[in-house]
Amino acid sequence: MNNYPFVVYLLAMAGVTYLIRMLPLVLIKKKIENKFILSFLHYIPYAVLTVMTIPAVFSSTAHIISAIFGFIAALIAAWRDKSLPVVAAVACAAVLIYELVGQYLLPQILVF
Amino acid sequence: MKLFKKGIIDGLPIGIGYLSVSFAFGIFAVAAGLSSFETLFISMTNLTSAGQLAAVPIIASGGLMSELISAQAIINLRYALMSISLSQKFDGSIKLFDRFFLAFFNTDEVFAVAASKEGQVSKSYMYGLIITPYLGWSLGTIIGATLGNILPEIVTSALGIAIYGMFIAIVTPMARKSRPVLICVIFSALLSCAFKFLPILNTVPGGFVIIICAVIAAAACAVLFPLDEKEKEGTANE
Repeated sequence: MNNYPFVVYLLAMAGVTYLIRMLPLVLIKKKIENKFILSFLHYIPYAVLTVMTIPAVFSSTAHIISAIFGFIAALIAAWRDKSLPVVAAVACAAVLIYELVGQYLLPQILVF
Repeated sequence: MKLFKKGIIDGLPIGIGYLSVSFAFGIFAVAAGLSSFETLFISMTNLTSAGQLAAVPIIASGGLMSELISAQAIINLRYALMSISLSQKFDGSIKLFDRFFLAFFNTDEVFAVAASKEGQVSKSYMYGLIITPYLGWSLGTIIGATLGNILPEIVTSALGIAIYGMFIAIVTPMARKSRPVLICVIFSALLSCAFKFLPILNTVPGGFVIIICAVIAAAACAVLFPLDEKEKEGTANE
């Protein structure tokens, strides 16, 4: 079924991913002085992570409602400066609790 | 040595976070038809959540090489932006060889932690920082790939949100402290939703959407709220 052996796929994806990370890091050594570029680089990680999270997070679990639960729980934990794994665990726990209990307590109309 | 230890400590939460996220990836890849070892090799040679997630269906279905390469290039293009940003954070102790080496480990979270440090980061710190994320990502993948199919569906469903929890943990504290970042985040979210739900826009492939929305939002905020001199030094706070 495969057009290529697995190792060819593996090398292709690893190669592309590495080049994207490596080239800017190796080629740009001077300090960037341009205020616009510096500001742009400051905002870019938050913009990227937000775009990746919203709206994809709401379809990351079995039910949209459990995902909303997890999302809100993560927001609250992160707002209180909880660490990375704690926030991730809180999100998972909220989803688990909803799927175990919540969906039977809430009106069925809420369950998509 | 002290900085190396500091790096390891800062990397530890990322490593633990990756453990759960890569666990979910392992389950996903094996369910899609890859072997446990193939899944592990992907994680050990790529170290990228979104890119790997997109690659699995393509590989499992024997897809086109052009499809795989363009998907990886687009989804992972954000790392180029992060590498540019990181190139400004490295101090003089990081030589050319180190840049070749460290580039491989530049993930969203490693970048976010390094970028949020005040001033510049050193070689020792960076080498400490990348250890546990790499181990966590590899270890979690093989555990998920081998144990995934014996877990109940409800557990794998809950794990699906882990990676987003990690993203939220990085963005939220900064958005709370800095109004420009908050505006950037809200703008990014609105753009992203527009590309998901509006006609025509929703036909743009996912990898492109990430780049388009992020660049527009970050550029708009860079024009509206340029960093002042003090913030240039790397302290990102308002």
